[in-house]
Amino acid sequence: MNAAIEVEDLTKRFGGTLALSDVSFSVRPGEVLALLGPNGAGKTTLIRVLTTLLAADSGRARVAGLDVRKNARAIRSLIGLAGQYATVDELLTGRENLELIGLLYHLDKTVYRDRAQDALERMSLTGAGDDRVKTYSGGMRRRLDLAASLIGRPPVLFLDEPTTGLDPRTRNDLWQFITDLVAEGTTVLLTTQYMEEAEHLAQAIVVLDAGRVAAQGTADELKDQLGGNVLEVQVTKRADLDKAASLIAGLGSAPPRLEASLNRISLPVKGGPRVLIAAGRALDDAGVELEDLGIRRPSLDDVFLAITGHPAASVDDAGQAPPASKAAR
Amino acid sequence: MTDLAVRQPTVPAAPRLTLRLAVRDIGGITRRNLLRIIRTPQLLFMSIVQPTIILLLFRYVLGGAIRVPGLNYVNYVVPGIFLEAVLIGGMTTALALAQDLQAGIVDRFRSLPMARPAFLAGRTLADLCRSVLALAFIIGLGLLVGFRFHNSAGACLAGVALIIAFGYAFTWVYAAIGLAVKDPQTAQMASLLPMFILFFASSALVPVSTMPGWLQPFAQNQPATVTINAVRALFEGGPVFHDLWQAAAWCAGIFAVFLAISLNLYRKATA
Repeated sequence: MNAAIEVEDLTKRFGGTLALSDVSFSVRPGEVLALLGPNGAGKTTLIRVLTTLLAADSGRARVAGLDVRKNARAIRSLIGLAGQYATVDELLTGRENLELIGLLYHLDKTVYRDRAQDALERMSLTGAGDDRVKTYSGGMRRRLDLAASLIGRPPVLFLDEPTTGLDPRTRNDLWQFITDLVAEGTTVLLTTQYMEEAEHLAQAIVVLDAGRVAAQGTADELKDQLGGNVLEVQVTKRADLDKAASLIAGLGSAPPRLEASLNRISLPVKGGPRVLIAAGRALDDAGVELEDLGIRRPSLDDVFLAITGHPAASVDDAGQAPPASKAAR
Repeated sequence: MTDLAVRQPTVPAAPRLTLRLAVRDIGGITRRNLLRIIRTPQLLFMSIVQPTIILLLFRYVLGGAIRVPGLNYVNYVVPGIFLEAVLIGGMTTALALAQDLQAGIVDRFRSLPMARPAFLAGRTLADLCRSVLALAFIIGLGLLVGFRFHNSAGACLAGVALIIAFGYAFTWVYAAIGLAVKDPQTAQMASLLPMFILFFASSALVPVSTMPGWLQPFAQNQPATVTINAVRALFEGGPVFHDLWQAAAWCAGIFAVFLAISLNLYRKATA
C-alpha cells in the first residue's frame, strides 16, 4: 500500500503487437528499480504509461499513491522524467532550459531561479550555464536533462536508459549522482539494457521480455534462480569447439552456450571445483587444447539468457536510436 | 545550497490549474519560442525574403502584363502579398512542432503539470509575433514600390488587423499539419499545399473572373479571396460589408475547427 510505484496487470497493445502483457511489480519509496530488457521489450512503453503520456489498455498503475488515469495532473507535479535522448532545447542556454521547466512546474520565479543555479552547480555546468545547449557535449546534455527532471524536486524519478551511449567516465558520474539522489530519499525507476547498470544501481530488478515480466527480484535472487556457477572453457582451436561442448555438456544443469568468435563455451553448473576438475580431465583425456578454463558466479547476462532464451543486448542494437526520436537538433 | 532533494513529506492534493497559471505557462512557452525565432535569424530572414521575391516578381516582372479593371495593379496585388506574407510564416509553425515532436521535447512538456494547451498557444503566439514583423517589413516594401493606402487610417488599420487575424487562424491549420505528419521534412512539404491552393487560386494576383469557369466558384468563395477582397476594400474604400463578414466568419471558423483538431492531436501525440 505504501509503495511509491505500483503496477498491476498492465496491458498495452499497439495494433497487433502486445507491448505490455499483464505487467505487475511495485517499488518501495527510496528504492531504485531497474527495468531490464532488450530494445522492444516494452520498457519505454511502461515508462510512458507511468508518466501519464500514454494510457494503458487495462490494468492499474499508481505513482506516489495516485492513479495514473484519474490523477494524471497531480502525478505530473510529483515526478521527473529524463529521456533516453536528452530532451533539452538546443537553442536555449542551459539555464534558460532549467528555468522554463521550473516555470512549467509552477514554481515561483525566485524558487526556480535558485534551483536552476543549484542544479547547474551540482551538475558541474556552472561555466556553461549561459551557453546555448547546441555547444554542449553529449555528457553535458545528459546532465542538463537530468537536472531539468529534478527542478521540481520530484519524489519519484523516471530515467529511460539514462546512460545509453555515454562514455564510461560520464556514466560513472551519473551513477554516482543517482546513488546520491536515492540516499536523499528519491524513488527511481530506470530502464537499462545493461546488466552491469542494473546490478550497480538497483535494489530490485524486473526483467522484461517481449512485454512480459520474465523474472523479478534482487540481483542475487535472480542469480540464485539460475543456481550455482558458470563453467567457462576457451579452446585454442576453433575445430575443437563442438567436440569440447559435447564432452562437458553432461556436467551442466542447462545446455552449453557457444561463442564461436571467442572459441568459448559457457555452461551453467551446479557444483564447484569438483566440476572444474572433471571438465579439465575429460577435455585433457580427449586431447582438446585449452586456452583457458575457469568457474565463476553467473552474471546477469547468464541469468537473462537462461530466463528468456536470448541475450539481453546485442552489440548491434545497444544505443541505437529508434528513428522516431532522435536527439534534439 | 545544493539540497536538490528535500522531499515533500506528504503528497499534496491535486494542485489546481488556475487561469493565472495557464496564462503564465503560455507566457513561458511563447518566450521560449521567441528566443528560438531570434536565434535562428536565417529562418526569420527567409520568411521575409519569400514574400519580397513574390512582391517584386509581380510588381516588376509580371505586373506589366496584367490589367485589372478600376485599379492600378500595384494597389491590386500588394494587399494579396501582405496576406501571403502571413500565410508563408505558418509553415514554420508546422516545421517547429514536428521538430519538437521528433526531438522528444513534447514528451517532456506533456509530463509536466503545465496547462497542456499552453504548448500550442505559446507556439502560435510566437509565430504571430514573427508574422507581424514580416508583415511590417512587407508593408514598408510595398509603400516603397508604389503601393498607397487610400482610405481612412481607421479602415486601413482594420485591414491590417484582418490580415493578422487571418494569419493567426491559419497558424492553427499549420499546427494541425505539423502534429499530424510529425516529421519536419514532410511538414514543410505539406505546408506548401494550403499555401498554393489558397494563394494562387484566389483574387490575390489576378481577378477571379479571368479564371476558367470550373475554378471560379471555389476561387470566388474561398477564405483567402474574401479576405483579400475585404482588405482591398478597407484600403481603397468602397463597399466592404459583404466580404468583411465572410472573411471574419472564415477566420473564426478555421480558428475554431483547427484549434480543436490541434488540441486533439496534441493530446494523443506520441513521438
